Amino acid sequence: MVKPELTEIEELEIDLLLEAIQRRYGYDFRDYARASVRRKVRAIAATVGVAQISELVPRLIHEPQLFASVVGTFATPVTEMFRDPPFFRYLRETIVPYLKTWPYVRIWLAGCATGEEVYSLAILLKEEGIYERCTLFATDFIDASLRSAQAGIYPLRNMKTNIANYQQSGGRNHFSEYYHADYDAVIMDASLRQNITFANHNLVTDGVFSEVHLILCRNVLIYFNSTLQKRALTLFHDSLLRGGFLALGSKESLRQHDFKGKFQEMETAWKVYRKLD
Amino acid sequence: MESLPQARLNRSFGAVVIGASAGGIAAITTILPALPATFPVPIVVVLHQHPGGGADWPNYLGRQTALAVVEVEDKMPLAAGTIHCAPPGYHLLMEEDGSFALSVDEKVHFSRPSIDLLFTSAADAFGPALIGVILTGANSDGAEGLAAIAARGGIAVVQSLQSAAWPTMPAAALQAVPQAQVVDLEAMATTLINLTSPSFAQGPAPCVNPPS
Repeated sequence: MVKPELTEIEELEIDLLLEAIQRRYGYDFRDYARASVRRKVRAIAATVGVAQISELVPRLIHEPQLFASVVGTFATPVTEMFRDPPFFRYLRETIVPYLKTWPYVRIWLAGCATGEEVYSLAILLKEEGIYERCTLFATDFIDASLRSAQAGIYPLRNMKTNIANYQQSGGRNHFSEYYHADYDAVIMDASLRQNITFANHNLVTDGVFSEVHLILCRNVLIYFNSTLQKRALTLFHDSLLRGGFLALGSKESLRQHDFKGKFQEMETAWKVYRKLD
Repeated sequence: MESLPQARLNRSFGAVVIGASAGGIAAITTILPALPATFPVPIVVVLHQHPGGGADWPNYLGRQTALAVVEVEDKMPLAAGTIHCAPPGYHLLMEEDGSFALSVDEKVHFSRPSIDLLFTSAADAFGPALIGVILTGANSDGAEGLAAIAARGGIAVVQSLQSAAWPTMPAAALQAVPQAQVVDLEAMATTLINLTSPSFAQGPAPCVNPPS
């Protein structure tokens, strides 16, 4: 049987490791949701081949290449295009008409991972005829993810799901118009990238974007604890124009936080909020 | 692991976690409607689903049980008298403060939600104050999680192979936790009631009126 004090010792080891990573490399995972962090740290220990988590401390602080190879464990997970098709349908039918009332539109995708969602959004905006006046900022804290997102190359085997999602989301064309297939990969059409700016931004440590009309941050905050969620949500509130929109993941909400009078819930199922004040 | 009679002594539980896969809806809707509204411990359920099928099972379950049924949202706290269901497409984890965390990390055993992730995180969060139940299923998800629960002194319960529509998952759980309590589907609700009832939790009832 695992003795209770061993559990406490493991917590201490995780604390030391996260502190070491923060001080050595600047990535701060101390306010990430603990249960997920614990699982990821155990996985890293198994991958690196150490018996104790604390043995990772000297390895990671002295071996930047080893750190670079494991930091991706904490990355925003890869998603599919048009994930939750009814959400994209709602965006298209209900939120885009508001966006059309602005002469230009600034959109921030926070935690864009490898880019599937930002290409989905670009396609939607093109079909609705407002892409040309949109600027999309796609940010993530992992440079490798940003490079993948910018390249826009995806495995051909994922396209079946992506195409089905696109069709269910109210897509108006043939999805094949938006990519070029070659052997077992596809590359997204370069015109989709024209108004996208990819940039490194860390929701834990970096500041606001200014005057944004729409923020998409879906299934990123679930990896944060309440303290860090509050920070990110405040950042989103400060970045949005009055009347701007915030879209969270469908199982995330402002309910556990006090943002009374600051956001109006537009849609219960898809967690879309509008900035009031 | 402690033997069961000792394990019941002076014991209160933070949660009952239940994992089910193929055949799971029928098993869950046999067990949970048989629990009273006064069932004292919060219940958490991970049910594997076929893509696109049966996503509405929490509603289906809710119409049949005396307990409240909720689909979990991120950071929701555990509540007594409530069955908490993992939302489709998300892993469900427990934090030490009794709240839930979700993740969309890669599938485990081809499954998201994964029973292993719920059970392992709940074992970390609750230690011995936890009951884990593995029901019918056609893969081995949950075996590692049940072993984590047993290793921390929690109670491991497995549906009997002959009463399981798909015995693969309970068999894998039993292989990982040979000392687990094996219970027929029909007796599962009674077992959960007995394990969590105050009289059992306090051990054998004291002899108030000793025979003269």
